[in-house]
Amino acid sequence: MQFWIIQGLNSLSLGGLLFLLSSGFSLIFGLMRLANLTHGAFFMLGTYLAATALRSIDGLNIWVTALGAGAAVAAIGGLFERLVLTRLKGNPLGQVLVTLGMSFIISDACLMIWGGDSIPVPTPQNLQAPTRLFGFVFPTYRLVLVGLAIVAAILLYFLLERTRLGAMIRAGVDDRQMARAVGIPVANLFTIVFCLGAGIAGAAGVLGGPILSAYPGLDADMLPLALIVVILGGIGSLLGAFVGSFIIGFIYTFGTALFPELAYIILFLPMIFVIAFRPQGLFGRVGA
Amino acid sequence: MTAPSEYALEVANLKKAFGGLTVTQDVSLTVRPGERRLIIGPNGAGKTTLFNQISGDLRPNSGTIRLFNADITYLPPYRRAHRGLSRTYQIITLFADDTLEHNVSLGMLGLRPSRWQMWRPMASYADIKTEARRALDAVGLLHLADHPISDIAYGERRRVELAVALAQQPRVLLLDEPLAGLSNTERATVKSLIASIPRETTLIMIEHDMDTALDLAETVTLLNYGRVIVDGQRDAVIADERTREVYLGA
Amino acid sequence: MKWVGAALLGGSLLLPPFLAGDFYINLASQILIAAIFALSLNLLVGFGGMTSLGHASYLGVAAYMSALLTSRYGFDHGTAALISISGTIAMAAFFGVIALRASGLGFLMITLALSQVLWGLAYRMSNVTNGDNGVTGLTRPAPFGISLDNPVAFYWFSLIVATVAFLMMMIFVSSAFGSSLKGVRDQPRRMAALGFNPWLIRWITFIYAGFWGGVSGLLYVYYHKYIHPSSLSITSSAEALLGVIAGGSSALGGPAVGAALVLLLKNYASAYIERWNMLLGLVFLFIVLVMPAGIVPGFSRLITGRGAPR
Repeated sequence: MQFWIIQGLNSLSLGGLLFLLSSGFSLIFGLMRLANLTHGAFFMLGTYLAATALRSIDGLNIWVTALGAGAAVAAIGGLFERLVLTRLKGNPLGQVLVTLGMSFIISDACLMIWGGDSIPVPTPQNLQAPTRLFGFVFPTYRLVLVGLAIVAAILLYFLLERTRLGAMIRAGVDDRQMARAVGIPVANLFTIVFCLGAGIAGAAGVLGGPILSAYPGLDADMLPLALIVVILGGIGSLLGAFVGSFIIGFIYTFGTALFPELAYIILFLPMIFVIAFRPQGLFGRVGA
Repeated sequence: MTAPSEYALEVANLKKAFGGLTVTQDVSLTVRPGERRLIIGPNGAGKTTLFNQISGDLRPNSGTIRLFNADITYLPPYRRAHRGLSRTYQIITLFADDTLEHNVSLGMLGLRPSRWQMWRPMASYADIKTEARRALDAVGLLHLADHPISDIAYGERRRVELAVALAQQPRVLLLDEPLAGLSNTERATVKSLIASIPRETTLIMIEHDMDTALDLAETVTLLNYGRVIVDGQRDAVIADERTREVYLGA
Repeated sequence: MKWVGAALLGGSLLLPPFLAGDFYINLASQILIAAIFALSLNLLVGFGGMTSLGHASYLGVAAYMSALLTSRYGFDHGTAALISISGTIAMAAFFGVIALRASGLGFLMITLALSQVLWGLAYRMSNVTNGDNGVTGLTRPAPFGISLDNPVAFYWFSLIVATVAFLMMMIFVSSAFGSSLKGVRDQPRRMAALGFNPWLIRWITFIYAGFWGGVSGLLYVYYHKYIHPSSLSITSSAEALLGVIAGGSSALGGPAVGAALVLLLKNYASAYIERWNMLLGLVFLFIVLVMPAGIVPGFSRLITGRGAPR
């Protein structure tokens, strides 16, 4: 029974991480029509930054690190968006290719700076002791992670649904031309959303550190998961990213635990199912 | 069972809505073989949406479309072409870097089994080549056959559009604003071309500019806000009160 | 003028075995393999207008199947090749049905996701694929009893296959089907209205591209006598895509030139720089920002003075 509980919690925490990762991806895709292949690398960069920061600076808080790394990654993302992506307006293929190129650059830079070995990220001290609930033992940090994902989802929801910025973003996602026509500064919005997406990915990398560790290839492991979440949940849909993340979190965790060799095929199946019967994803809009 | 229909095209109770906006409301019309029908109406009346449903680019929410008594309502566009439906577009959709001849040849290939051929070079189909040139000659453009589309004038491109559609010898031809954007001379040329299309092809035209297109029409359908307002012989529709209302806004 | 250039190029392809040492002959063989791979991708990208980031799937699957069938199950090379290619074609057909539910970026993402799934499988299913160790101890085939173990013999073999590949793709592209493919790329709605079935045209092309990708995979595994999951990675697909874009996707031969350049860069760069991926990324940025149409169309324009060839 303990096994199922633990795997269940692992699924939830992975789902939470995936949500943080893919919400940014989905927003960027929805607004900018850009499949940001750098997203996995942004995540990994956050993890590496956390690994170094938390091991060298005594008493540094993981939450502060998450914010700091998030900001750093957001800044890198913003520079990239302004200097490279804006030059490729109207060239969606080119945009995708440069994000791919950028992901190679970042991942190789990480390899250069941090070497080829896996670097564990310490779990925050006050969360190291396990929690006892209903007679079962839970790793505390993972519980906190799930909570954080829910908080983030709520914050993002409020941002999109209740703020002026959010309204502008939604308008841009629905109809870019029209948004421009009514005076919404779409170009600036693009930069903001890209930075937001990158920053959340970087912060997610920090938060995922204690569970995943920083290692070369983390980006290549995370990116397809984010892709599958977005394909499943629908592009531009926050709810889709939320639901999809947890579905994938469960499938991946239980799949790897029960059938380690076939875990990838098991991931594959819901994606094929969704593409075959509902190509816009569970919550996406037709023709998105 | 109803008696076999003598209509070339029969649209019955067609409805199309985009979200909250109903663009086609309960539209019915019948076109007899060989007829020359003009569909008119102000901007936003739903003329092109109607065409798109007839050609298969859009799916109606309800209603039926029959082509020579066959139900084509949900057939994909390419199947409709094989049943003799052809159309031209408001925006020219020719292949700009290819020659006029290639454009017409490609158009003709669409209905032939040889379109699946993967080894003979396209250029070697002598019969297609000859027919394509004949089609270009029929619209007076044979002398430009080897020029790329990008080289020729807008009015000439319209004529190529027409040649491509006619090369398939369609049973029903939908012309979407065939006279749009043409100068007076170009307009006269294209009009006489349309007038010379054989009776084996039933013509249905959308035109925004009533004055120019009217003499090509035998029957007229007036649309407004997605509904059929008036429908009948040309002179009767022109004289009708409701037509004046729609265009002058009562 | 075009024919002179082609003749010169063709002639130069015959030279390596006579002029160069083993290292360069081997390099030339690798270039031919990369060229076939890139040309097969270009059927999708340049002629079909479908950008795929998962083309390494076909190279990898064919390579792995041949490797495992010959080394572990005792098949002879001829039969193994047939089975591998059939398997690759079947997989391309399956993947095509899934990927073609979308177009543009959706298509790209699906091809990427599918390819990554295969890559993950290659790593994880270690008792089948040997995981990170790869499959070693492979042999090269000996068609008609001629051994391909020495570089010169292998080069001639690759050259023959590459020439056949190139000619068949050229025939494909100039055929009626090829014209319909290009038409669907440029004006899918118009083509449908003319009676062409866009989905079927794309799907057939997808399978054909997968077929040649598989052929390049066989040559790949014969050459290296080794196959590793990294051949199924995004990097592998990206290198081919870079070759296509750098060389120019509108000309038939462009991707071959691009693939050659990417391979040469990789070879020479790795002597001086450890970080190939970073260089690859920078080259991507450079090409997309500075030379979006690629190198070959640029040259062609210089020679003929006209626009890009079709």
